[in-house]
Amino acid sequence: MLVIKDLHAGVGGKTILNGIDLTVNAGEVHAIMGPNGSGKSTLANVLAGRDTYKVTRGSVTYLGDDLLAMSPEERAWAGIFLAFQYPVEIPGVSNLYFLKTAMNALRKHRGEEELDAMDFLELVKKKVDLVQMDASFLQRAVNEGFSGGEKKRNEILQMAVLEPRLAILDETDSGLDIDALKIVAGGINAMRAPDRAMVVVTHYQRLLDHIVPDKVHVLAHGRIVKSGGKELALELEEKGYSWIEEQAGQQAVVGS
Amino acid sequence: MTDSSDSSTVKNVELRELAGQKYKYGWVTDIESDSAPPGLSEEIIRFISAKKDEPEFMLEWRLKAYRYWLTMKEPNWAFVHYPPIDYQKIIYYSAPGSKKGPESLDDVDPKLLETYEKLGIPLAEQKMLTGVAVDAVFDSVSVATTYKDKLNEMGIIFCPFSEAVREHPELIKKYLGSVVPTTDNFFAALNSAVFTDGSFVYIPKGVRCPMELSTYFRINAANTGQFERTLIIADAGAKVSYLEGCTAPMRDENQLHAAVVELVALDDASIKYSTVQNWYPGDENGVGGIFNFVTKRGRCQGRNSRISWTQVETGSAITWKYPSCILQGDNSVGEFYSVALTNNYQQADTGTKMIHIGKNTKSTIISKGISAGHGQNVYRGLVKILKSAEGARNYSQCDSLLLGDKCGAHTFPYIDVRNSAARMEHEASTSKIGEDQLFYCQQRGIAPEDAVSMIVNGFCKDVFRELPMEFAVEAQKLLEISLEGAVG
Ligand SMILES: Nc1ncnc2c1ncn2[C@@H]1O[C@H](COP(=O)(O)OP(=O)(O)OP(=O)(O)O)[C@@H](O)[C@H]1O
Ligand SMILES: [Mg+2]
Repeated sequence: MLVIKDLHAGVGGKTILNGIDLTVNAGEVHAIMGPNGSGKSTLANVLAGRDTYKVTRGSVTYLGDDLLAMSPEERAWAGIFLAFQYPVEIPGVSNLYFLKTAMNALRKHRGEEELDAMDFLELVKKKVDLVQMDASFLQRAVNEGFSGGEKKRNEILQMAVLEPRLAILDETDSGLDIDALKIVAGGINAMRAPDRAMVVVTHYQRLLDHIVPDKVHVLAHGRIVKSGGKELALELEEKGYSWIEEQAGQQAVVGS
Repeated sequence: MTDSSDSSTVKNVELRELAGQKYKYGWVTDIESDSAPPGLSEEIIRFISAKKDEPEFMLEWRLKAYRYWLTMKEPNWAFVHYPPIDYQKIIYYSAPGSKKGPESLDDVDPKLLETYEKLGIPLAEQKMLTGVAVDAVFDSVSVATTYKDKLNEMGIIFCPFSEAVREHPELIKKYLGSVVPTTDNFFAALNSAVFTDGSFVYIPKGVRCPMELSTYFRINAANTGQFERTLIIADAGAKVSYLEGCTAPMRDENQLHAAVVELVALDDASIKYSTVQNWYPGDENGVGGIFNFVTKRGRCQGRNSRISWTQVETGSAITWKYPSCILQGDNSVGEFYSVALTNNYQQADTGTKMIHIGKNTKSTIISKGISAGHGQNVYRGLVKILKSAEGARNYSQCDSLLLGDKCGAHTFPYIDVRNSAARMEHEASTSKIGEDQLFYCQQRGIAPEDAVSMIVNGFCKDVFRELPMEFAVEAQKLLEISLEGAVG
């Protein structure tokens, strides 16, 4: 589904991603871990098409298409969803209206009929139950005055409504209390499907207790320095990142 | 407080590229018009007055205003820039072909009706269904007033101003100039001297007007100034909602629009005045467009009276306008809700004055300024609380939204409080449509243009919800058109 090759990207002449190689197949869940500032959000943003970041080398194909040639909205229409690490507030625009606009934009570009207000409301109500959010959030302005945890849950609600093919979740578990974490993880699990892939950026094993990943990757200094199965996350929890970074450093020396 | 956008995060190149907006109402109607020669003199004023079959008192009133105007200087304190206006080059009277006012819709020139059709205001009686009575002012005369009979039955007077001068001189004598005196300011004095038509509304005691009353103004003829005069009186316990819309054809030369609107609310009366102003704004290089220099003021004369101004200003090359309230009656309420949008080279200096005189008077000001392109947007407001205004309260909120880095937003809130017990609250903010918000929307599949209009509409929500339903939809569409291509 997603094939990233030798991806280099940065901002203002500063390189942040330093040659990423990653393949994600339909039906898989990949976890990306790594120290602060290692480039996880940058990778997520580059995949979603944020033009703050300039791609300097490498390629990304998504469902056989050149992803890097597509605008952010085209990527969304093609089924890519990014749950933001820091969801954005849009004053005066209700959550419900925002969701409906997004939903109908997607449908329109897929040649499907737009949903009317009633049908849409019905659909959203179901999804609201899935993430156990109070329906009153639908009437509030997008993320405005939401607590940190509420914002994260709202991202999952949007994902549930928009039903992407590739979901990239950037630290959706950060800032969630224990109950909310379970609910969010439940929501994510409910969306696992053979034709859907997920890339989950997280710092914590506890999320991966609930969402068991097929692969775990460690990002450091803009590169994937180690990949493994779900056990890798446990190992990281125990030992931290330094041993991998050391290992990676040695490899780099050997390699040069 | 002055803010100029310097955001490098907003995509300026695309902003500039897309800054070509189209003006949808830019056609000219080809009708032979009955015009005065250009220029201003006592003779011209006598000509206008004669054309209108005015009683002597009206002519005297005009001449007095004119003579005073001659002693006045054009104001220059506003934050707007324009080449000097040659008042001798303006045509002060232009009427579509026929000499006399039409008796019924059948007498109205079909081309005019077509014009209105294009504007989306069918004068035909079906309009009844939507509950709007329309008084349409085309250049200088009022061409047709619908539903007059129905309103007459209730004692409501809704007619062209010139007709009111002839048929209700006692009301005109009593109220004309009672809120905006002829000596008030340069443009008000000019208007008083040369006004050609406008609307007059009188709602009798205890009557709630059953439909929205509406005027549609259009400037058609070239080199014409439009100087309408609107006077609305709500007698004790009366209630009325009035809508005003405006458009003008696209022309390279600037046209002057200097209107005066006066509102009077007696005891327990309420007047809601809504404007959607979409005069031609000029092209993307700032050529042409309407100079909109307007004086609007209401007097809450009676106890518990209320006057509410709602305006959506998207048009005009220059807007200079401060719909205000004199809160004279005890417990009276004044409100001002405004959205002003400037794109390309448009300039707007707008705001309000709330003058608290009576006890427990209350005022609310909500102003939303949106600047795009090279647009300059100024909020200028005065809240004055006199010593007599025991228990007065004001809440002001002035927000500015910037799109791009060539535009500007400026806020000048003046406060003059002479009663120490007054309660004042003021909030102000300036924000940019951030790259963050745009990207967030785009990531959800919403194209940038739609995202901008969604964000802007969200920004204006507190004002739009004050508009009558029909107008709110139109206002949203207008914003969309006016911002077309403002952001990429
Ligand atoms: N727009 C930007 N301008 C300048 N530097 C940036 C920008 N975006 C990211 N960076 C830098 O790139 C590096 C990677 O940032 P990124 O947000 O991708 O890290 P992360 O792995 O997501 O970290 P965290 O775990 O703290 O979320 C950091 O050093 C960050 O400061
Ligand atoms: Mg991050």
